[in-house]
Amino acid sequence: MKIRLEHLTKRFPNRNKKIKTEVVAVNDFDIEIPDGKLIGLLGPSGCGKSTALNLICGLEAPSEGRIYFGDEDVTDIPPEKRGVGLVFQNYALYPHLTVRENIIFPLQNLKGDKKLTKDEMNRKAEEAARLVQIENLMDRRPGEMSGGQQQRVAIARALVKMPNVLLLDEPLSNLDARLRLQTREELSRIQKETGITTIFVTHDQEEAMSISDMIVVMKDGVINQTGEPQKVYDDPVNLFVAKFLGTPPINVFEGEVRDNKLYVGENDILDIKGADDKKVYVGIRPEGFVLNPAGRLKCKFVRVEVMGRDTSVIATNEAFLGESIRAIIPTEEKKEPADGVVCFDVKPFKVLIFDRETEERIYFEA
Amino acid sequence: MSNITMENKTIDTQKIKRTERIKKAVLYLLLTLWSIIVIFPFYWMILTSVKSYSAYNSEYVPKFYTLSPTLKNYIDAFTAVPLSRYFFNTFIFTVVTTAIMMVVVVLSAFAFARLDFKGKDIVFALFLSLMMIPNELVVITNFVTITNLDMRNSYIGLILPSVTSVFYIYFLKENFEQIPEELYKAAKVDGTSDFKYLLKVMIPISRPTIVTIAILKVIECWNSYVWPRLITDKQEYYLVSNGIQEIRENGFGRENIPAMMAAVVVISVPLIVLFLIFHNKIMEGVSRGGTKG
Ligand SMILES: Nc1ncnc2c1ncn2[C@@H]1O[C@H](COP(=O)(O)OP(=O)(O)OP(=O)(O)O)[C@@H](O)[C@H]1O
Ligand SMILES: [Mg+2]
Repeated sequence: MKIRLEHLTKRFPNRNKKIKTEVVAVNDFDIEIPDGKLIGLLGPSGCGKSTALNLICGLEAPSEGRIYFGDEDVTDIPPEKRGVGLVFQNYALYPHLTVRENIIFPLQNLKGDKKLTKDEMNRKAEEAARLVQIENLMDRRPGEMSGGQQQRVAIARALVKMPNVLLLDEPLSNLDARLRLQTREELSRIQKETGITTIFVTHDQEEAMSISDMIVVMKDGVINQTGEPQKVYDDPVNLFVAKFLGTPPINVFEGEVRDNKLYVGENDILDIKGADDKKVYVGIRPEGFVLNPAGRLKCKFVRVEVMGRDTSVIATNEAFLGESIRAIIPTEEKKEPADGVVCFDVKPFKVLIFDRETEERIYFEA
Repeated sequence: MSNITMENKTIDTQKIKRTERIKKAVLYLLLTLWSIIVIFPFYWMILTSVKSYSAYNSEYVPKFYTLSPTLKNYIDAFTAVPLSRYFFNTFIFTVVTTAIMMVVVVLSAFAFARLDFKGKDIVFALFLSLMMIPNELVVITNFVTITNLDMRNSYIGLILPSVTSVFYIYFLKENFEQIPEELYKAAKVDGTSDFKYLLKVMIPISRPTIVTIAILKVIECWNSYVWPRLITDKQEYYLVSNGIQEIRENGFGRENIPAMMAAVVVISVPLIVLFLIFHNKIMEGVSRGGTKG
């Protein structure tokens, strides 16, 4: 089901009662989420992701704005009538019930002609369990299962009503790195199998980028950018989005546009067109560096670091903002410069420049 | 060389073993002593209850054993006063009071833990401050109230003042608050009403605490003395605790202690049985309520 949010805003009274100003947790959300897609809602801690999810599922009422599922306005409809499934960070399974009872729980509240018999409930529960591959755990209790298994039970419980919309609030953050990788693949598979429109909250950009059809990057309650993961990564609208996406993160320098040249410190690293002369921030992705003894960007060499498949050169530069520059290079080029100076050329499409004041992106032609 | 260290080692372990053993022996000794101290009153109670009235009164220094045990005291206890009636009263009093109190406590703990209403914090603070008022004061005002309501010598007069307990509300509220908020949200998304959530999720999760509270309340009711004594002066409404006093006063010139002890034995049995069945649960509940998180 297509979801449309129109000027959705949520204000909370400040928790500190002495301060009268309100907290704007979600600020003027205005997006359309296409049917049957997996959306990653992404942002730093406290930016309002959970609040946005609570608004969509109806646990919180918006201060302003409307929510549409398909063509229906669901803003004033209680959560149970919206047909949403919700999975929490800590799974929120009922500890005193078995897996089967947990999965059946949502079905027991159905009333009127939707009411199910015991057999039907059991059948549906088993169907949902099969989908997440926990059929053999049906009689265990949550305390007797691993985090990954509990997580799947939580998903099965959310799916058993065949919701129109599945909402997941940081569902993988309690898992270890390997299980997280595996479970997110699984999540992606389940989503494709069921075709349920899914919104997936995370503050881990890699997670969001890897499985989402579309990501929504937000900061302080405001949507900064939406789009396909790769597109947002390659083409961020501002410095925040550029910094937030990508591991290792983008390298940001203080720089300047002067006479159709882009300067970082004293080095003119790129000839550009179409940008006005002014002071800017220059962001260069780690994979945007090319080692070249005659390169235009000169940095002080620190060391070479090999981590798994990646080899990176760590360097410093006066104009660099932060600890140290990280440039990913092909492994076979790994060698230390004799004089302690390492020179790079940069790939033009991996270089992004931003306004110093607004931090908005400045577009240029290389 | 290696031999010597080996020997040293075995000597060491022997030493450790010996001190361990001594420690254990001391521990067991102390525990034995302790259990004798605890069990002795029970032994004394049962012993006295099987001594005959005359034998008991002729012992200038009470003996630690008896050679002619008798069950007559038990018969006396039930015939001298309507003990079975008192039993019945106590049973009604205990069951009804505990049942009503559980409903009151669970609902108010739920309200304080889960619901949002105006003045919640203030009301709860007032509630807690009630715990600081000494019980004797409360008994006096309760006595005046119940007398004015013309409820002396009635079950309702017996029961009414003890159908709530600030402490148990506090205790259960703490327990309820440890249930994660997300469970509530998950239930809400599935359309579970507050009341159904209480019944199907909160109560089962907090069952050990609830059972503990119920048992402690049963014990409290079963043993209550001051209030029933004050509020009843007709035999039909006496509880066993009052009845015991009556048996004592029923002796032939002197206090009939053996018959009284027989009554005490009979009265204690249900509580002892209850405790034996539930003692694991009680411990579990108390320790759960105490630690947060
Ligand atoms: N019930 C509430 N009352 C007042 N303020 C709230 C309430 N719920 C959330 N907030 C505030 O709204 C903002 C957004 O909170 P939210 O929980 O949506 O963040 P989040 O993006 O989910 O963060 P995280 O990644 O840490 O879960 C925060 O500043 C938070 O303090
Ligand atoms: Mg959150």
